[in-house]
Amino acid sequence: MDFGFADQIGFRALTLLTFLPALGALIMLLFMRGRPSAYKATALVTSLAAFALSAYMLTAFHTDTAAFQFQENFVWIQSFGINYHVGVDGISMLLIMLTTFLSVIAIIGSWNYVKDRELAFFISLLVLETGMIGVFTAMDLFLFYVFWEIQLIPMYFIIGIWGGPRRIYAAIKFFLYTFTGSVLMLVAILAVVFWFGRESGTMTFDILTLQNAGFPSNIQFWGFLAFFVAFAIKVPMFPVHTWLPDAHVEAPTAGSVILAGVLLKMGVYGMIRFCIGFFPEMTVKAVPWVMVLSVIAIVYGAAVSLVQVDMKKLVAYSSVSHMGFITAGLFTFNLQGIEGSVLQMVNHGILTGALFQMVGFFYERTHTREIKDYGGMARPLPVAAAFFSLFVLGSLGLPGLNGFVGEFLILIGIFQYMKVFAVIASLGIILGAAYLLWMYQRTMFGELTNKKWLDLKDLSLREIVTLVPLAAMAVVIGVYPQPFLQMLHAPAADIIARLEPFMAQKESLVHMASTFLGGF
Amino acid sequence: MENMNYVLPLIPALPLVAFLVTLLLGRWYIKDSAHWIPIFAMAGSFVLSVWAFLAIRGEEHAFVMELWRWIPVGDFQVAIGLQLDQLSAVMLLVVTGVGTLIFIYSKGYMHGDPGFYRFFAFLSLFAFSMLMLVLGSNYLLLYFGWEAVGLCSYYLIGFYYHKPSAASAGKKAFLTNRVGDFGFGLGVMLIFVTFGSLDFGHVFEAVEAQTASEGVMLAIGLLLFMGAMGKSAQFPLHVWLPDAMEGPTPVSALIHAATMVTAGVYMVARSSVIFASAPTAMLVVGGIGAFTAIFAATIGIAQNDIKRVMAYSTISQLGYMFMALGVGAWVAAIFHLVTHAFFKALLFLGSGSVIHSASGEQDMRKMGGLAKKIPFTYWTLMAGALALSGVFPFAGFWSKDEILGMNFKGGGYIVWAIGLVAAFITAFYTFRLIFMTFWGKSRMDPEVEKHVHESPWSMVVPLIVLGALSVFGGFLGFPPEKGVFHKFLEPVFEPANKILGVHHEAFGATDLVLMVVSVAVALSGIFLAYLFYVRRPDELPQKAGALAPPLYKAILNKWYIDEIYNATVIRLVVDGSRWLWRVVDAGIIDGAVNGVARLWDVAGKVVSPLQTGRVQNYAVVMFLGLFVIVTSVIIF
Repeated sequence: MDFGFADQIGFRALTLLTFLPALGALIMLLFMRGRPSAYKATALVTSLAAFALSAYMLTAFHTDTAAFQFQENFVWIQSFGINYHVGVDGISMLLIMLTTFLSVIAIIGSWNYVKDRELAFFISLLVLETGMIGVFTAMDLFLFYVFWEIQLIPMYFIIGIWGGPRRIYAAIKFFLYTFTGSVLMLVAILAVVFWFGRESGTMTFDILTLQNAGFPSNIQFWGFLAFFVAFAIKVPMFPVHTWLPDAHVEAPTAGSVILAGVLLKMGVYGMIRFCIGFFPEMTVKAVPWVMVLSVIAIVYGAAVSLVQVDMKKLVAYSSVSHMGFITAGLFTFNLQGIEGSVLQMVNHGILTGALFQMVGFFYERTHTREIKDYGGMARPLPVAAAFFSLFVLGSLGLPGLNGFVGEFLILIGIFQYMKVFAVIASLGIILGAAYLLWMYQRTMFGELTNKKWLDLKDLSLREIVTLVPLAAMAVVIGVYPQPFLQMLHAPAADIIARLEPFMAQKESLVHMASTFLGGF
Repeated sequence: MENMNYVLPLIPALPLVAFLVTLLLGRWYIKDSAHWIPIFAMAGSFVLSVWAFLAIRGEEHAFVMELWRWIPVGDFQVAIGLQLDQLSAVMLLVVTGVGTLIFIYSKGYMHGDPGFYRFFAFLSLFAFSMLMLVLGSNYLLLYFGWEAVGLCSYYLIGFYYHKPSAASAGKKAFLTNRVGDFGFGLGVMLIFVTFGSLDFGHVFEAVEAQTASEGVMLAIGLLLFMGAMGKSAQFPLHVWLPDAMEGPTPVSALIHAATMVTAGVYMVARSSVIFASAPTAMLVVGGIGAFTAIFAATIGIAQNDIKRVMAYSTISQLGYMFMALGVGAWVAAIFHLVTHAFFKALLFLGSGSVIHSASGEQDMRKMGGLAKKIPFTYWTLMAGALALSGVFPFAGFWSKDEILGMNFKGGGYIVWAIGLVAAFITAFYTFRLIFMTFWGKSRMDPEVEKHVHESPWSMVVPLIVLGALSVFGGFLGFPPEKGVFHKFLEPVFEPANKILGVHHEAFGATDLVLMVVSVAVALSGIFLAYLFYVRRPDELPQKAGALAPPLYKAILNKWYIDEIYNATVIRLVVDGSRWLWRVVDAGIIDGAVNGVARLWDVAGKVVSPLQTGRVQNYAVVMFLGLFVIVTSVIIF
């Protein structure tokens, strides 16, 4: 079955969705200089329109197939075989929904946040949105790379211009890390494309074609490695995670929300599309290594979170732990693990996005993020404390909220893969409860550390408006995740089918690794 | 049974609605009348529970319904489903019945508190969670209820959140439970991987068919029990419960005595088939239970805070329930769960009434002589104390005696002996509490003494009802092993009993002798307390303490368990984490990253003199480079 956009929805929905934010940004730039209410309203309307459009696309979306949908494909640079080819499957559709959703939240959330060069800030946010959607829709390697780089630039500016006191250090660190990844990816892309061009005689950047190329083992090895490192930096996996805490601490709130909410997921998404898609054989071989790194990340990230003194840094390190769950779940390559992993990407986007948003709200009031400066905040800010507790609980995996569903599916997946890993990962859950509750206790409970805080104003209506959708999603996915999982059944099964032929080797590696680890 | 499709979901739904309404509207609109909706919701649930109870009476099969699919992924299919059988019916009655009484009591107790609405909101959420816990039709839903009651416990322990000790206690409770749940979670996973399902029906059928090896059954049993140890505060995971007394007294009564802490007992009883297939796991359950029963009782002797005495008593009594489960006396365990819910809720509410009348004083050394001033509280508390001590014919006597008897007849003489000694200690500390608070001369602050008053009716009436239940509730289980209660629960435990080959004999001479022995033990414990705290209160306690100072000190300091944890596990985790952060993260990894950056910096400085701006220099370098490349191409 062919899923061209024409039959499915009747207009170029993906292109429109991708460039809508950029268009909004352009209008703001051209016509709205110096008129804050006008450009802010435009930014909001644009992001809302993008969200509405993505929601509308869901109505035409087929959940019973792993095929790419809403496809648009035309020749862009013929001599290199570069096409403008876009399309989405269940995984990318969910991530796009997450992107458009969080973009709205981030824009409302930073309504009064930046004082300096505000127009540029909102333009950056919108361009970033275009870049992110582009990454999730691209079905052409070249196009993918372009979008990948496009989203890098506004993020770099957001951290570097509107960030905290050490923003330059953080921005450069962020840039160097991700740039290293980009270079590796570029090399791998060229290697893959040129090899295929030589073998088949036609040069193409088309992802679907390349996924069926059947690369020889040396290309598999080096290609996998390069792509994997590039994406591992983005996730970030242990031990290439150290850019994340710095970037988060310095980034403005909206930057953190988007960074944690969406950008990190691009790393995992890349692994799904390219590591698994192009190099299934090597992927299967790499499973034990990825598992070990992921499980380390789970426990390590949680442990380091425990001793943080800066609230934002704590949430940042918690992301390392949570992303560890996500990569571990993905690489179990069973249905529960994969679907749990992708669902957890959405959950993490919602919960960590919300936590960063709230830390931002606190910061705007107190101008400090040090945990020891807080304490007893539940008294002056009861509504904020209530929301904060909901997101904390979701994050620590309380059943009934969204974090649990993903986490438990992942654990079931890991457990089926190898029991020891599930045991270690479960330790991360204990630590997760520890650092989150400890932080909550030290900030919200206890005696008021500072009399000044008594005069603080509780959340404004605007702030509540940004939190209510996040809270609602946390509950909805927690009790009724079915519609979300529905979108993942087919793509997850497709991933497994792709890897199935090579799974026999995995068994022996599992065996090797388990004897190495002492077995269970 | 048809109407159960509507009745059953309503039972947890009513308190859930009460929670939502009270939480959203309480602060601004309902305020001081926030108790009405939760009380009516709870009473409504109670009525519906009675309905359900009557409907399931005598039915052989459980009634199971599915509300919606919760998590469907591949062969992992978990429903939001409810299951009604006799076990859940008993639990429903306990939770909603005792719950309603405590809700009413709270109206009086919490009156005037600034967090009045918040209190009732979370009490309702607790009721919802607890009802889901007992109604859930699969292990994941049980886990949901399990965690959700833990959350409510966390909130309500930390209800006075501005008190650092209360906030810490809440966190400690949650984290200790998480340690237990680590096992529970893994157990659930292992169940799924082993049996391909988490539904009680499917799992138990598969267990009965002996599809899994004994080793796997043992692992499942022990992992599940680890969760039960956390929730039901069994050694060594008991440390959170005494601290949980930081919460308001009705919370201690409902959550930390009557219902939530018994969830572990419920879970093991629910999984009776699994434990019956893993004899070693049952041994562990019984052993830990017996040890906890006596261990916690010893600590109870030396506590001076009236609520803390009760807390250790609860830990000890939960130990009895596990002792019962350990020998397959499932019904006896649930029976004790029920009678304990009556008398322990009563004791807590009574203590609350004492505290209330003494203007918040909790230290028994500053009480005394209260009997005449608060007679209703005194007499009802006395009924509870007699029940807890196991004096014939009060409720606790029947259930405790059945546990001891089952152990004795099952050949567990050691466990029986431990239980008997613990019963002696129990009687002693219980009456120590009664005598110190109500008898003798007043040691109260004169200012406080002036204001002593009997509690309002909203508090006294629940005391009277629970008092009556503590006096007569035991007859549900008369005659032992063959009572109404046993007949009612029979269908639930039949499969497990079949595996174990348990059969109950008629009441005989052995039982009679055992009963006489245990009553004698209880009475001598009371008598000793009388000697110590009524006859010679100024002399005997000190003398006893001086007999073995280190022992006395160890008991006074709760056997140093908290200190041991602080010095080992907690220290290790916190210091280890700090090391990871400072050394590994900031030192090694970031050091390497910054090192590379610096390398480029240095390289830039080294190379920058080459940027002379003179074109001829660049040309020379270009030619050199070209030369190198061409040469290497030719050579290789």
